[in-house]
Amino acid sequence: MNAVIVSNIIKRYGTKKAPVSALQGISFQVDKGEIFGIIGPDGAGKTSLFRILTTLLLADGGTATVDGFDIVKDYKTIRERVGYMPGRFSLYQDLTVKENLDFFATIFNTSIEENYDLVKDIYSQIEPFKNRRAGKLSGGMKQKLALSCALIHRPSVLFLDEPTTGVDAVSRKEFWEMLKRLKEQGITILVSTPYMDEAGLCDRVALLQSGKILSINTPQGVVNEFGKTLFAVKSNDMLHLLNDLKQNEDIEDAYPFGEYHHVIMKHGGENELKDYLRQTGRQYEMKEVRPDIEDCFIALMKN
Amino acid sequence: MNNDKVITADQLTKRFGDFTAVDAISFDVHKGEIFGFLGANGAGKTTAMRMLSGLSLPTSGKATVAGFDVYRQNEKIKQNIGYMSQKFSLYEDLTVKENIRFYAGIYGKSDKFIKEKTVFILKHLHLESETNKLVRSLPLGWKQKLAFSVAIFHEPQIVFLDEPTGGVDPVTRREFWNMIYEAAESGITVFVTTHYMDEAEYCSRISIMVDGRIDALDTPQQLKKTFNAASMDEVFLKLARKATRGE
Amino acid sequence: MANSYNMKQFIAFIKKEFHHIFRDTRTLFILLGMPIMEIIIFGFALTNEVKNSKIAILDNSRDAATASLIAEIGSSRYFNIEKDIYSYNDIESSFREGKIKLAVVFPQHFGEDLRHFNKAQVQLVADASDPNVANTLTNYASAIIVDYQKRITQDHQLPYTINTEMRMLYNPQLKGAYNFVPGVMAMVLMLVCTLMTAITVVREKEMGTMEVMLVSPVKPLRIIIAKAVPYLLLSIVNIASILLLSVFVLDVPINGSLLLLSFESVLFTLTCLAFGLLISASTDSQQTAMFISLTGMFLPTIMLSGFMFPIENMPLLLQIISNIVPAKWYYLIVKDVMIKGVGFESVWQETLVLAGMMLLLLMLALKKFKIRLA
Repeated sequence: MNAVIVSNIIKRYGTKKAPVSALQGISFQVDKGEIFGIIGPDGAGKTSLFRILTTLLLADGGTATVDGFDIVKDYKTIRERVGYMPGRFSLYQDLTVKENLDFFATIFNTSIEENYDLVKDIYSQIEPFKNRRAGKLSGGMKQKLALSCALIHRPSVLFLDEPTTGVDAVSRKEFWEMLKRLKEQGITILVSTPYMDEAGLCDRVALLQSGKILSINTPQGVVNEFGKTLFAVKSNDMLHLLNDLKQNEDIEDAYPFGEYHHVIMKHGGENELKDYLRQTGRQYEMKEVRPDIEDCFIALMKN
Repeated sequence: MNNDKVITADQLTKRFGDFTAVDAISFDVHKGEIFGFLGANGAGKTTAMRMLSGLSLPTSGKATVAGFDVYRQNEKIKQNIGYMSQKFSLYEDLTVKENIRFYAGIYGKSDKFIKEKTVFILKHLHLESETNKLVRSLPLGWKQKLAFSVAIFHEPQIVFLDEPTGGVDPVTRREFWNMIYEAAESGITVFVTTHYMDEAEYCSRISIMVDGRIDALDTPQQLKKTFNAASMDEVFLKLARKATRGE
Repeated sequence: MANSYNMKQFIAFIKKEFHHIFRDTRTLFILLGMPIMEIIIFGFALTNEVKNSKIAILDNSRDAATASLIAEIGSSRYFNIEKDIYSYNDIESSFREGKIKLAVVFPQHFGEDLRHFNKAQVQLVADASDPNVANTLTNYASAIIVDYQKRITQDHQLPYTINTEMRMLYNPQLKGAYNFVPGVMAMVLMLVCTLMTAITVVREKEMGTMEVMLVSPVKPLRIIIAKAVPYLLLSIVNIASILLLSVFVLDVPINGSLLLLSFESVLFTLTCLAFGLLISASTDSQQTAMFISLTGMFLPTIMLSGFMFPIENMPLLLQIISNIVPAKWYYLIVKDVMIKGVGFESVWQETLVLAGMMLLLLMLALKKFKIRLA
């Protein structure tokens, strides 16, 4: 059985006269025990989707089930079975770490002791500060507390809406390591993120842009779908190199990518590109590279 | 003083009580440079940036921005810098044109200047048909590009960008960086913070703050060499993992 | 064990609300200190100092009885006879010049009436623009007259009666501490219950914690009720402190049943809570919630409850509108029970109106409260 089945979900905001489409017919399925990533920039519809699946919003069309229950009819059952961490820090800032966790345990009819094994890994990192008020924690620690609270009732499906936004690279790494260990405990995790580089840490991803899914696949599968040869070029004047690359009609796309520019050829291949670069009279360094999720996202967006 | 240096910081320090947020940092930023200012949350980036933009007085040390002293001439500094952050940039309930006019008005530019430049910006951003639309209705990427244009509207010497591309899609993010390059080419110095490590590669030089100090400062290439790392991501992690304090 | 779970959950909620309240010391201080402040400020504004008040005597009878009564009044430490006046019109001008606070008027044939009919009239005219002083002065003067009457009754076999007629100039309704205390009670309860309840719920919406609460098995209704309970308790503390202060500091007695007064106060508190919940269900920002509470509840309470401005003197339209202000009914009830000392049989109609309002507001609030975000 699938942990989450979403079929043709539609969500509109705004007035009847000038509706804004947030989700334009989204469908996907998430297997039990999977880490499923919804990857997309701000405004793609990630939060709307999560709110619909956690029964906080009603969709304007389509159906979905979570853990086998209908998101509209069985909303009460779903609320007992899911854990949810919204995009912004949503704990009580004026309660201490321990009080927050205790409170969440009580409202889910459990206790910290009962599910300590599940949260131990995460909670033990902030336990030394258990008497500190949540508002006084650092960003990374707040995030760990929020995750502990979302887990304390041993949910079958965990929804994490942009848990790593605004968090620095170190905390992001740690957070994903925690998710990996949770997955081993059999919890299904739906996580959304605007950071393309986090896609590789998911079992499968859906690339979301402007309320539409561009692609659903394993990270490897997404990359395999790319289907074109990708070159990385670098010189000592990156800005003018890019301008030159954009002027060539044989080049389909060229864009900065870290220390290189990535180039996709419309016609020809390595030799044609080398010829062109030589014509510009620049010193350059060139190599063929494997595309990553961000390359795929860019290509899919431009299609 | 070397005219080429638009920002100088010498042993710049800020203490809050017995907590040293910024611990004697020293660096120079040259004209037309894209200076990447990285650091984990709580490393002291925001505090340092506030001191440089004239919003907060240092506890000790020296610093000049656009040739003006941060202690005594902060009003002069504000005239000569632009500022844009992910959190606050434009008024959502004003139209595109009203936002431009409002910010331009703050810096006391002539009507003629404002008029001509507004036309130029709208054309450059392909926003001509959206002039009278509320900013709220624009996609995030467009907002951020417009906000950047507004921040450099008065042709400041330096523009401070605080995580300008957070949450922006990868295509628009690159368009945004293209604008940064153009600004730098036109002589505006760019001082930028980001959480995207690939963007760190786009900078001329990078400083990485750890626990209130600048632990590394060099070109991206040199930093990778020094830390024997394949990417800036690795360099950052190597440094930031040493951090002992949180936010 | 579903029940014990529900109870435990509910208690956890209330505990959490108390944490919020007690950790925000500044707000807590304002909430508990405000009624005390208001009562004390009013206590000072209303001075009880009436020693050596200047009075005037208009003696139209000029006989032995009036002479001895005037002597008694004049020798009291409360009064200084400033002057004698000779016509009723002079009273008005003396008041206007601010020369006197009270005038004692003896009609013609006072002594004769007292002797022949055992019955006579005295009129006390007071400047009630300072109502508390006017009230005190007439009380003292009446007491002196009653003393005199008792004394002459002892000397003779037949009882004598001197009727004291009082006239309050400028403020015939004698608005003062007696009116102020019920007014402050209405205002404070309104502020604590309506404003604070609305804000505390909306704050959770703003913080994003409401989102998490909704995605939990907690019944939304329970979240809301748990929010109201601490403020109900806080209100009871406030009611008690206002009553204690008014009895011991302002000398405003509780003439009626304390139990009835408490019951009515709790009823009004619930009305305010229901209104606060309705506001919180209809708004998403603390600012809007505060604005609605202030304009929707606070202003009408001050303007239209009758405690600042007499409703009888208002234009008809405002008189009609005043009927939908819950504070008006509470104010009437408290005045009746606390000051007049009447029982439930005299205020059941007002109580019914208030109860009706409470139920209506509560129903609207529950209907408006969403189990989802939008």
